[in-house]
Amino acid sequence: MRELCFSHVDVVYGSGKDAITALDNLDFTVSDGESVAIIGPSGCGKSTTLRLASGLLRPSAGTTTIDGSPIQGPRASTALILQDFGLLPWKTVRANAELGLKIRHVPRGERKERASEALQLVGLEEFADAYPGSLSGGMRQRLALARALALDVDLLLMDEPLSALDALLREQLQDTLLSLWRKEGYAQILVTHSIDEAVYLGQRIYVMAPRPGHVVTVVQNEDAGDEAYRQSGEFFARCNEVRELLRQAGGGGSHA
Amino acid sequence: MRKALGYIWGTVFVIILWWLLAIGIDSPALPTPAATWPELVSCFQKIMPQFWASFGRIILSMAIGTLLGAPCGLWIGRSKRADAIFGPILYVLYPVPKIVFLPVLFVLFGLGGEAKVILIAIAIFFQMVVTMRDAAKHVPQGAIDSMLSLSATKLQIFTDVVLPSSLPALFTALRITCGTAVAILFIAESMAGSSGLGYYIMHAWSLLEYPQMFAGIVAMAALGVILYEAFDIAERLTTRWRRA
Ligand SMILES: Nc1ncnc2c1ncn2[C@@H]1O[C@H](COP(=O)(O)OP(=O)(O)OP(=O)(O)O)[C@@H](O)[C@H]1O
Ligand SMILES: [Mg+2]
Repeated sequence: MRELCFSHVDVVYGSGKDAITALDNLDFTVSDGESVAIIGPSGCGKSTTLRLASGLLRPSAGTTTIDGSPIQGPRASTALILQDFGLLPWKTVRANAELGLKIRHVPRGERKERASEALQLVGLEEFADAYPGSLSGGMRQRLALARALALDVDLLLMDEPLSALDALLREQLQDTLLSLWRKEGYAQILVTHSIDEAVYLGQRIYVMAPRPGHVVTVVQNEDAGDEAYRQSGEFFARCNEVRELLRQAGGGGSHA
Repeated sequence: MRKALGYIWGTVFVIILWWLLAIGIDSPALPTPAATWPELVSCFQKIMPQFWASFGRIILSMAIGTLLGAPCGLWIGRSKRADAIFGPILYVLYPVPKIVFLPVLFVLFGLGGEAKVILIAIAIFFQMVVTMRDAAKHVPQGAIDSMLSLSATKLQIFTDVVLPSSLPALFTALRITCGTAVAILFIAESMAGSSGLGYYIMHAWSLLEYPQMFAGIVAMAALGVILYEAFDIAERLTTRWRRA
């Protein structure tokens, strides 16, 4: 993937009297290997944007393209991690990690190998035979990551991946996300409610507002992508900047 | 282990209750367990063929009803169009007690086993359709969206998501319906034909052979318990993940 590009995109759910405009005239780009964060209050169309990028949803107006060709449907090297992870509780951890490969008819041996590697990458190899129901929130999150990473993706889409976790675990997994992104070199879009998460992980931050969903500003945040950034003065200044933008837009992120 | 203990406790309780009732009521129609037991042993040879006749009918009819009903229910639950067409029909037919069609089936298929099997299959069919439809409607959307985003086909979504997530409901339906099936079978066998436990019980009753009649009742109760347990075990084997 060289570039994902949305231009003048509208999304309207429903029709007639019940029609809801979820996105209004959205312009959005992500280039190869870039890490982009989307932040904004509930209902501003963050999930809708990811559904567009993943090919699960087509725009009502405007165009969504990857490398110039329209996104027609799910793409082999895009992975989506949903708000509730979308794990299959009746499959073991290993089978969940293998799911995307199985769907693509990757031979059993290779499937097993790649899933094992991915599980190792997120530190879950010991739990390969457990069921998701017996995992903690953070482990489920890492399993969802493993399932995506097993696929050899160049675009990773994550919808509030860490929102269910407590503060400490959350920072730990932010570091995991950061190091995996640096190591694997894919582009990523991270939807979040948390200002510090957006600033820590997003090289560009789309600040969105609702009714109807639109982009308020795009904050340039080139310093993101380094673990030391979290402790720096620039980091706190950037967080404050984003917080102020959200406040002006009439919403609020959760904690900083 | 705890389950075995529970079973022993339940059985002991039922036998004591039965015994007390038999003593209290003091009627030849309700013999004590002590009077029934020798009867059960002595007419074992006579009961077993009837037991197997009833058992065969139940298994066959439940298999037919389930194999036809469960896929229909899943389909109706997943397809808006199918639901629009068949939903209202189910709504009207589901509450109708299927047993009232027994005379019609006797006329159409004779007094042998066929009418009985068909009637039970019909009752199970409706129960299965309704249960599986509701289960299919409650398949977690996140699981389906994940599958879709991984480019899964409709068939893959069916085998990997819809089916496994509906399996617990299937077994619940089987456990609930095996009681209905045994009840319908009893009525059908006692009304016509010359085989099966229902026939055996009513035949003994007409001869005033009360202990024999009661042995038949115990055998029929055992039939219900065996089926229920079998489905319970099958459920636990196929849905391990739920106790994770
Ligand atoms: N399937 C749908 N049908 C109808 N309306 C929908 C649907 N999905 C989303 N919407 C509406 O579109 C708008 C944007 O929804 P979206 O889920 O994209 O918001 P979000 O930013 O992800 O919110 P949250 O932070 O709560 O997850 C909301 O007003 C929502 O009610
Ligand atoms: Mg959302």
